[in-house]
Amino acid sequence: MSAIDTSRLLTDRYGLPGSHTLAAAEKAGAYATARTALTTMQPDAIKAEVKAANIRGRGGAGFPAGVKWGFLPPKDPNKPVYLVINADEGEPGTFKDRTLMENDPHRLLEGCMIAMRAIGANVTYIYVRCELVVSIQRLEQGIRDLRARGLLGPKPFGVDHPMDIHVHPGAGAYICGEETSLLNSLEGYRGEPRLKPPFPAVSGAFGMPTIVNNVETIASVPDILKLGGAAWSALSRLPNDGGTRLYGVSGHVKNPHVFEGPVGLTLREMIERCGGMLDPARPLKAVIPGGSSTPVLRPEDVVHAPDAAHPLHAWHGKSHIDVPMGVDTMRGLGTMLGTCCAIVMDSSVNMVEAARNLMRFYHHESCGQCTPCREGTGWLAEICDRIVDGEATEADVDLLVDVSNNMMGNTICALADGTAMPMLAFVRKFRGEFLEAARKGGVADGRLDRAVVSLLGGRAA
Amino acid sequence: MPFQLTPDREKHAAELFTRYPTRRAACIPLLHLCQEQNGWIGEDVIAFAAERLGLTTAQVQGVVTFYTMFHQQPVAPNVVWVCRTLSCEIRGAKRIQEHLEERLGCHVGGVSKDGKFSLKKAECLAGCGQAPMIQLNDELHENLTLASLDRILDAVATRTPAPPASAPHLAGAHGTAGSKE
Repeated sequence: MSAIDTSRLLTDRYGLPGSHTLAAAEKAGAYATARTALTTMQPDAIKAEVKAANIRGRGGAGFPAGVKWGFLPPKDPNKPVYLVINADEGEPGTFKDRTLMENDPHRLLEGCMIAMRAIGANVTYIYVRCELVVSIQRLEQGIRDLRARGLLGPKPFGVDHPMDIHVHPGAGAYICGEETSLLNSLEGYRGEPRLKPPFPAVSGAFGMPTIVNNVETIASVPDILKLGGAAWSALSRLPNDGGTRLYGVSGHVKNPHVFEGPVGLTLREMIERCGGMLDPARPLKAVIPGGSSTPVLRPEDVVHAPDAAHPLHAWHGKSHIDVPMGVDTMRGLGTMLGTCCAIVMDSSVNMVEAARNLMRFYHHESCGQCTPCREGTGWLAEICDRIVDGEATEADVDLLVDVSNNMMGNTICALADGTAMPMLAFVRKFRGEFLEAARKGGVADGRLDRAVVSLLGGRAA
Repeated sequence: MPFQLTPDREKHAAELFTRYPTRRAACIPLLHLCQEQNGWIGEDVIAFAAERLGLTTAQVQGVVTFYTMFHQQPVAPNVVWVCRTLSCEIRGAKRIQEHLEERLGCHVGGVSKDGKFSLKKAECLAGCGQAPMIQLNDELHENLTLASLDRILDAVATRTPAPPASAPHLAGAHGTAGSKE
C-alpha cells in the first residue's frame, strides 16, 4: 500500500474523474476499510478506535463522537438501534458537507456501514435538506449500487449483520438541523425540537435508541480506522480535538472555498489559504468563525491570559484570529468553533446591517414553539430594522441586549441561544456603530454588497 | 376530481412506505412526490396524502405549513429562489434580487409578467463559498454575475411555453416589495 497523504484524507478523492461513482471510489480505496472492520473487528474495538481518535462532532456542537456512541443503552433485542446522519446543512456560512456528498458520497456511505456495525444498527437514515438535489441523487445512486453488489443487504462482506441506508429529504427548515427536530421531521411531524431528556441515544427515531451524527463526522470514520484512532488524532495541532477537518471560508476573500487541514488552523491561515482578502485596500473588519450562530471576532482583539495555567496562555497577547480553531480554544475566546466555516467581512460592511441580515434569518427560522424564541427573534429583527431605518433611539441598542438575555437558556432547543449569542457579540464589539446609527437616524449606506459591485458586472449585451 | 399520482409515482410511493417502521414517516417524501407532479400542495393533495398516510388532513396541513419548500399556492412553471443570507448578501445577493425583479417585472413573492417564473427569497442554501447564488427549480446556480444570470434565465425562458392566460398563478400574484414568505 502506498503511503497515506495525511493532509488529504476526507478530500483525497475530490477531483478524481467520476469521484462520486462506486467504481471510481472503489478503485481509489473505498470500502477496503469497511471490509476489514466488518470482517475482522468486534464492534467494541471499532468504538474504541473512534474514542481514541478524539473526534469532536463536526456539526457544530463539538461533542466527542466516541463518547456519544457510548451513551447507547445495553442492546435490547426488541429495540432496533438507528443511525441518523444529519445532512441538513443550513447554518449560514456553512457549505462543507455538501462537498462531501457531491464529490465523495461513498466516503459517507462507507462510514455509515462501519458505524452501524459499531453501534449495532441495521438501518441508517441520511436526512438531507431537499435543496441539495445533486447530493440526494448521488447518495441514492450510491445506495442502489451498493445494494446491487450485496454490500448493503442481509450479509455485507459475508458478515451476518443486515444493513440498509435510506435518504430522507427535508423540506426547507433550518431548525431541522437540531437533532430532535430532525427526528420529528424524519417521523413525518412538524420539525419542532423535543424536550430532552430523554436523549436520542435512549429514545430517538421512532422511540428507539438512535445515534445522530453529522456527515463529516461519519465520513471521517473510515480514515480513523485505516490510520488507527491515536494516529488519526495526532494529525491535529490541538489536544482532545483530533484529526483533520473541512474548513470553509465565504465572504470577502479572493477565493472562497472548502479545503481540508489539520484541526487547529487559525482564522488568519484560513484566510491566507483562500488567497487573502478580496481587496487589499479593504482590511479585515470582522469574522464569524463557524457559522452564523457563533459570536463574531475582531482582528484587533487580543488574548488576555497572563496566568500560565490558563488554557489560552500559549496565545497570550496574540490576536483572536491567530488562535487555532478548536472546540475548546474558540470557547475560550467567548465564541464557538461551530461548523468551522468562517464568514469573512472587510471594512465595507456595516455591522448593524450584518446583524440585521442574520436576525431576519433567525426570525424566519424560529419554529415558534417557545415564546422567548418566537417573540425574541422577531423583536431582535424588528429593533435592528428600526436602527437601520433611523427610527430608533440609543435605548434600543440596550434593548437588543435585554431581549437577547431573556432568550438565553429559556427555550427547548439552542436556536434562541444561537440567535442571542451572536446578537450580544455584535452589540458588544460594534456598539459604536449601533449607537451612531441610532443617533444619526439610520445607516447612511447600509448596502452590504459595496465590495463586490464591480465583480457582478452589468447585464448581458 | 380527487388528486391521483401517476402510475410511476404510485410505484415510487409504494416503495417509500417500505423504508420506515411507521406510515407517517413517509409524509415528507410523499408530499415532495405530489408537489413534483402537481406543482403545489392544495386541499386535494392534502386529502390524498392524509388518506395514504393514515392521518387527518389537519395533521398533514400542519406539516405542509411548517416547511418552506412546500408551495401552498400555485407557482409558475419555474421557481427562482434567491439566497439572501449574510454570505450571499455581502457577495451581491441584493443586486441579484434587484436584477431579477427588474427583468421579471415582479417583486419577490410574485410571478413574472410572462407567467413563467415565480420569484422567492431563500435562506442559506449551503452555497456560501460560491455566492451569490440562486436555486432555479432543482438546480443551484452559483458564482453569479448579472450576465451569467441573464444567460441562465434566457435558456429557461426559451424552453418554457407561455402559460395560458387563465393559469391560476397569474391571478393577482405580483408580490410586494416587502413581502416575506
